[in-house]
Amino acid sequence: MSKRAHLIYNPEKECMSRDELHALQSSRLAETVRREYECVPMYRARMDEKGIRPEDIHGVEDLQYLPFMEKTDLRDYYPFELLACPRSEIVRIQGSSGTTGKPIVSGYTRNDVDVWSEMMARTLTAAGCTKDDTVQVAYGLGLFTGGFGAYQGADRIGAMVVPMSSGNTQRQIMMMKDLGVTLLCCTPSYATFLGETIREMGLVPGKDLKLKAGCFGAEPWTEEMRVHLEELLGIDACDIYGLTEIAGPGVAFNCLEKNGMHINEDHVIAEIIDPATGKQLPYGEKGELVFTTITKTGMPMIRYRTHDICSLTDERCACGRTTARMSRITGRTDDMLIIRGVNVFPSQIETVLIRTQGVAPHYMLIADRVNHSDTLEVQVEMTEDMFSDTVAHIENVRRYITEQIKSVVGISTKVTLMAPKAMPRSEGKAKRVIDNRKL
Amino acid sequence: MFIQQLSVFLENNTGTLQAMTELLGKSGIDLLALSLADTQSFGIVRTIIHSDQMDIALKILRENGYIAKINQVICAAVPDRPMGLSELLDLIQKAGLSVEYMYSFLRAFIPGTAHLILRLDDGAKAEQIFDLHNIRMLGQKEVDAL
Repeated sequence: MSKRAHLIYNPEKECMSRDELHALQSSRLAETVRREYECVPMYRARMDEKGIRPEDIHGVEDLQYLPFMEKTDLRDYYPFELLACPRSEIVRIQGSSGTTGKPIVSGYTRNDVDVWSEMMARTLTAAGCTKDDTVQVAYGLGLFTGGFGAYQGADRIGAMVVPMSSGNTQRQIMMMKDLGVTLLCCTPSYATFLGETIREMGLVPGKDLKLKAGCFGAEPWTEEMRVHLEELLGIDACDIYGLTEIAGPGVAFNCLEKNGMHINEDHVIAEIIDPATGKQLPYGEKGELVFTTITKTGMPMIRYRTHDICSLTDERCACGRTTARMSRITGRTDDMLIIRGVNVFPSQIETVLIRTQGVAPHYMLIADRVNHSDTLEVQVEMTEDMFSDTVAHIENVRRYITEQIKSVVGISTKVTLMAPKAMPRSEGKAKRVIDNRKL
Repeated sequence: MFIQQLSVFLENNTGTLQAMTELLGKSGIDLLALSLADTQSFGIVRTIIHSDQMDIALKILRENGYIAKINQVICAAVPDRPMGLSELLDLIQKAGLSVEYMYSFLRAFIPGTAHLILRLDDGAKAEQIFDLHNIRMLGQKEVDAL
């Protein structure tokens, strides 16, 4: 056992033998599939189509025969058709942006909120959080899972929670200093911004602040950014992974070894597949991450394709946990962008352009990171309909597009009108995204 | 009385105006008047050309990937002396009209006057007011004779 054994919230589950875990996952999987088949007509139809009955699923090794679920399913069966329980059992709704205009929502039963809280309690404990700590939640508190996830986890541990939500940087820092905050939860880019502002204010982490660790997630970041953050704030910076569809933040997390993220495998089963064929890939190989929830009762997800690319390992970690770990996310199989923690699909932007312009103009999305904050430029080719001989008219068109994107996608973008043919024309699928963030 | 104006969308990059004027120039199109509106990211070229060249200019521009449009503007002749312009603007203002943009011809052909091209928020009303106050407006034929 490691010297950090006390940083394990639930040793019984987090350190169980792989065999015991396999047996637990298998029985929970069979139960989940049975429930899904009985309660969710869409998934039953999908299983029937493949000729699979719930009783065919005995364990984890049978997972590969089950049909996938996709983000588009949450849109097509929005908002409640994927519920596997009576609506009255749902105690919470959380959501995130979908692939087109509508958000996707997930319903949580009391059990699901408990499971999620447990996962976040493990996450925070792994970063060093105890009941003596003070946790500042600077993720947005709202439909977005970040804020509530961090709050619930810290609350479960019995730590003191400072629910700041996002924004208002000066006040964040004042509270951090006055309350002696020891753990910070927010996006890595906001942590960097906080760190830089702290330095600009002349405060010295370690002297004026008591911060010791941070749990940062909701957007991809790099090892270089971790080193930078750890120096800037004088802390351990831990990566966390999660998604609304599965639970929220805390599905997987860094321990202080910071060598991959431990997956809460008693609640979810992770697979890596070849995104082109859908075939399972062995541990160690890079591919698309797929999750199956095995304890969720509100809106269980079976073989949910995340479109995130990473690899898995079940090598023992020095921390003492036996759970498999996922590597950093190195890319996407679709062209989804994460901008300041918000999922952005080119199809959402396209929907706005079609709606505002009546046609689908050529467009390009250019993501960048300026002063550690994400920016998104939307380049739109001018059409004759949009064009006029007055600047005011064209500026109005540009402003209208900007406002519509903001209302549909939820982020501010810079809309630039381009001359026709400015965008490269491609033979097959048009390239719509340029990401200059060097992740 | 209105005349035709050609407007073209340009990106605000080095060389785009040159490329466009070269394209028109090589096709023998004579620019009689021109103004450039620019913002940080884009520009609008507005130009007056002979009306018999309008269709070919539009065709050449579109074939080369430009967005271009034809619209109607007023061309007013004002006395070429101090206060000439200001008196016209005073009239426009008193009529409750506003100028969206304005520029002038590169060459004048009625001695002693300057030729201004105007886009006003209410063109029809402007025409009436100008007529009422004997402001000389040039017709397309006169412009084409330039």
